[in-house]
Amino acid sequence: MSRPGFGAAAFNRAFGRGWLLFGFAFLYVPIVFLVVYSFNDSPIANVWRGFTLKWYTALASDRELLAGLALSLKVAFATACASVVLGTLAAFALTRYRRFFGRTLFAGMVAAPLVMPEVIIGLSLLLMLVSLQRATEAWFGVGFPERGMLTIWLGHLLLGMAYATVVVRARLQTLNPQLEEAAMDLGARPWQVFWLITLPMIGQALVSAFLLTFTLSLDDVVLSAFLSGPGSTTMPLVIFSRARLGLNPSVNAVATIIITLVAIGVVAASFVLARNERRRAQEMAAANRKPAT
Amino acid sequence: MKLHRWLAGRAAVIGIPYAWLFVFFLLPFLVVARISVSEMKTTTIKDIVEWKDGAIAFSLRFGNYLLLAEDSLYFSTYVASLKYAAVTTLLCLAIGYPFAYFMARARRSLQPALLMLVMLPFWTSFLLRVYAWKALLTEQGLLANAIEAVGLDHLLAALGLIPGPGQLMNTPFSLVLGMTYTYLPFMILPLYSNLAKMDLRLLEAASDLGATAWTAFWKVTVPLSRAGIVAGAMLVFIPCVGEYVIPELLGGPQTQMIGRTLWDEFFSNNDWPMACAVAVTMVLLVIVPVAVFSRYQAEVQERRA
Repeated sequence: MSRPGFGAAAFNRAFGRGWLLFGFAFLYVPIVFLVVYSFNDSPIANVWRGFTLKWYTALASDRELLAGLALSLKVAFATACASVVLGTLAAFALTRYRRFFGRTLFAGMVAAPLVMPEVIIGLSLLLMLVSLQRATEAWFGVGFPERGMLTIWLGHLLLGMAYATVVVRARLQTLNPQLEEAAMDLGARPWQVFWLITLPMIGQALVSAFLLTFTLSLDDVVLSAFLSGPGSTTMPLVIFSRARLGLNPSVNAVATIIITLVAIGVVAASFVLARNERRRAQEMAAANRKPAT
Repeated sequence: MKLHRWLAGRAAVIGIPYAWLFVFFLLPFLVVARISVSEMKTTTIKDIVEWKDGAIAFSLRFGNYLLLAEDSLYFSTYVASLKYAAVTTLLCLAIGYPFAYFMARARRSLQPALLMLVMLPFWTSFLLRVYAWKALLTEQGLLANAIEAVGLDHLLAALGLIPGPGQLMNTPFSLVLGMTYTYLPFMILPLYSNLAKMDLRLLEAASDLGATAWTAFWKVTVPLSRAGIVAGAMLVFIPCVGEYVIPELLGGPQTQMIGRTLWDEFFSNNDWPMACAVAVTMVLLVIVPVAVFSRYQAEVQERRA
């Protein structure tokens, strides 16, 4: 390449680095700000006055928030478990069965919650559940389901299932079908193939789907607002009602704790997954070498 | 026997998630559509089909839809939502496309780490990140001070994005900034996976045929990444139209968006049929056309490949 071309390439590289830096700064400035100002010794949340830990100690006695956190963790755990199961089933249905009655409708329904505004999902699910509750009350005298943890879980599950399907489906599409076929040819039953061959290979995707749906549920405001009942206020609802009223230093402290935990969790999980991936690649390479020698 | 088993397994794998989505996703929409044309008596909703004096009486009430069409407030709210969502999508594309491009062309060994850095904010609470912007942009906030120090607020005021210098919060500016910030990863990720898969030999071929890097970018890279652009734009545009939390926290009372209208009709006015009519209109006017368009785009792309 000629000299001006080289100059353009160098400029490109510098511009590229600059753009990436700018983008990451945009993504991370608010997060860094939240963390730093959680140590701010000033009742005005955005004016710095010195270091303190008082917002953290105040959290320990914040009943409303702690109750919300307990509920949120329960709902998030239940959501993540059920989302992975339903998402895996849906992902299998979509990758393994090319043709079945109403496949287009099914694919549409699976993907729709990803983009559908949450206000619509929340409103429609709530109104259906209210109709159901009124109908059961009229017929049996007992209204079911009562608004609360169960209904929040149902809403989060709708969203979680959609995300879990995307994650698991992406992994299933890259699987080598010959491995399963070989197991079948060697006499394994379908469920044996699933437990012994397929599941270990998609395990990583299931873990990421679990973590993703857990955090989604832990973070959701709109669905919870529609579907929660009296006495079932999740942590994001508590935070949202405080943030609506104005700035609140306790929110920064909660944010810092969540951000730290998530960062540690995600970084640790990705290290473990990367190590497993490497090990598997090595094993595959070793297995491929053997027949040749 | 084996075929029988296989069919049973197939029925379970397809049937369980299908039935689930049918009951908890599709059926609720039908309920909403029904309520949107029903009358409401204090807290109960009148059935649209009634047994009256030995005859079946249908009563459909389209008053809510008429009101939506006639009342200029609803109409302008719809238009404003579409406008804010469109501007947000364009901004995400303007920031996200070069970002994804340079990410996909970065050193291979660096790419997983870059990808994780894009995903990480997505894992941390969205609500808290939006809240952070509120603190940054209110008076005396760090970013507000920085913007005022360089005089950028005068430019924004001149552009009509904020009512006057020094007023950054609760404006179209803060709203669009918050939405762009929140949805940027949704634009970057599909674009990145698309651009990372691109065959770089095509660029070499273009350069061998005499194209400059700039021409090759516009004539080869951008057209090839169209599927990524469409996917990213859809992931940003549709949720933005119905966004509630961001306008509530950053938009202030002046920037009314349709998601908030739905929320207020439901929670403040307790007018369920109206909230349902707003939801149905949003689905029919915004979501269905955009989804059909993106599907059509994907098909065109497939046929070309």
